[in-house]
Amino acid sequence: MEKFQILRSTAVPLPAEDVDTDQIIPARFLKATTREGFGENLFRDWRYQANGAPQPDFVLNNPIYGGAILVAGKNFGCGSSREHAAWALYDYGFRVVVSSFYADIFRGNAINNGLLPVEVSDAFLNQIFETIEADPNTQFEVDLAQQTFGIPAKGLSARFEIDPYKKMCLLNGYDDIDYLLSLKTEIAAFEKQRESV
Amino acid sequence: MNESLTMFGMPKTLFDKIWEAHLVANVQGGIDVLYIDRHFIHEVTSPQAFTGLEQRGIPVFRPKQTIATADHNVPTQNQHLPIQEELSRFQVDRLTENCAKFGVELYGLGHAYQGIVHVIGPELGITQPGMTIVCGDSHTSTHGAFGCIAFGIGTSQVEQVLATQCLLQEKPKQMRINVDGVLPKGVSAKDIILYIIAQLTAAGGTGYFVEYAGSAIRALSMEARMTICNMSIEMGARGGLIAPDETTIRYVQGRKFAPEGEAWDRAAAYWQTLYSDAEAVFDQEYHFRAEDIGPMLTYGTNPGMGIEVSGHIPNEDGKNFVKALEYMGLQPGEQLIGKTVNHVFIGSCTNSRIEDLRLVAAFIKGKQKAPNVHAMIVPGSKLVEAQAKAEQLDVIFRDAGFDFREPGCSACLGMNEDKIPRGEYCVSTSNRNFEGRQGQGARTILASPLMAAATAIAGRIVDVREELN
Repeated sequence: MEKFQILRSTAVPLPAEDVDTDQIIPARFLKATTREGFGENLFRDWRYQANGAPQPDFVLNNPIYGGAILVAGKNFGCGSSREHAAWALYDYGFRVVVSSFYADIFRGNAINNGLLPVEVSDAFLNQIFETIEADPNTQFEVDLAQQTFGIPAKGLSARFEIDPYKKMCLLNGYDDIDYLLSLKTEIAAFEKQRESV
Repeated sequence: MNESLTMFGMPKTLFDKIWEAHLVANVQGGIDVLYIDRHFIHEVTSPQAFTGLEQRGIPVFRPKQTIATADHNVPTQNQHLPIQEELSRFQVDRLTENCAKFGVELYGLGHAYQGIVHVIGPELGITQPGMTIVCGDSHTSTHGAFGCIAFGIGTSQVEQVLATQCLLQEKPKQMRINVDGVLPKGVSAKDIILYIIAQLTAAGGTGYFVEYAGSAIRALSMEARMTICNMSIEMGARGGLIAPDETTIRYVQGRKFAPEGEAWDRAAAYWQTLYSDAEAVFDQEYHFRAEDIGPMLTYGTNPGMGIEVSGHIPNEDGKNFVKALEYMGLQPGEQLIGKTVNHVFIGSCTNSRIEDLRLVAAFIKGKQKAPNVHAMIVPGSKLVEAQAKAEQLDVIFRDAGFDFREPGCSACLGMNEDKIPRGEYCVSTSNRNFEGRQGQGARTILASPLMAAATAIAGRIVDVREELN
């Protein structure tokens, strides 16, 4: 996993709420057996019309907006546990998602792939949307060590929560498997102790 | 919970008891290392995990605790022939190769035990009370019906469990939902859970693990309890569970992989200790009356957008609500009753078990589906299919003009050929009505098996209670 420390970028606004993982990556694209290439079909059925032409209204097709931050309405990533949703966002180029509320499984999948889910208040989320609307070139700053999401041009900043262990993993690019593999002796001891009960 | 406190007999929830029995260690910051008893895998969310093991050069740590099947991406016709679609065939073949290479038991296509992963675990007795169970599928919550901590995980976590039989997990908050009273005629477990989700919304359970309790839940069969727990994720909850009781123990006894002899006695005695203590405290608690619940339907694009069959679609503000109704081709204030429907899907890990099929067969026996309807019934597993045939339910289905298929996830998620055409309505016993879930542009109306059967016969949405009188 790649390290995540500080990111400065413009952001893409997607104010829809309850964005489920079937929208992020529809099931018919889950036939691949590798983690790569899902970005091409990110938000496929919102991004393209039935005839395959780009849907002009959709934000990813609007050249005004760009950057490595996706800002979305509340309850982002609900539904299916498919990690392909996190892979698709990452493969497309996003490194941060900002919302006021996340579905649990998506949040975990994102962190496990170096995609940082930043949770802010509804009020701050609205400020971000308004800021992008006023000026799509606004730069945002995400500082994982400080746990802050900032709008430097406006002198605004919000703190976000992240589990300290997960933060350490992201800052250093570690994944959970390395940690769990280091516990194999304890795991085997646990199994033995259970058998004897 | 602090261990020293539990020693002094602090009241615990059912969830606490199972969680503590599987706690291997605690990492700094409140994350626990949780031991996993059973791991189910399928073709869609496992290949990248096996690739991860290969890249690290490590084996599956406890191969006997992982069970594989092919369900999401398989055809529901001509399963004896090679899969026609190339990508699907390749993905299913990868599962076969991975299972052979890593020593994992596979109930693949052609095997007598193949089926939807959340149907086969319980019916084979692999799922047992008090266990921790995971799968790369959000409907793993189904197994909670047995008094298990069962939840869906991503592929990185599938790899973790394959590599170490453990997961790093933050302990979730706990919610109890009580449903008391007696269900009215024509109302089933599917209506209970659709009603609860409509009340709490599609995000009402996020951050929580739910225990379902109350006399109306106790009165349900194991299959009905599975339907309830299955849809816990549709209100955002990681999982849902129900304390094991006599109904649970009777269901498990004698199944293929259930314990036997002395081991059975020990297990059954332990299972009877698995309940929430009377004084146990939940972070959130709700109470509902079974008498208030009617046959439910969804009208929108998330499972929380549900109404009683005779109800009117509400009028809400907001772009999301407007967008959902526009997608569904529906208006605020409109009733769903009387609406022409051309597709009915009976199946999925929510409602594809033998009791569901019996209920549908009893209703449609001697009747004919409406000419405008394509009605598909997809059994949850080969064992369900075999049982249905043994009871000659397949004859009833065919005589009524229903299309009885072979097992798989099918039109629940439209990964295979079983898709609903753009713009068409489908009354479906599955679990999700998301945009495009059953095919691009498809419009899903979630309902119980009985409501689906009644729709297929009438060719339009009807109140099944009136058909039963």
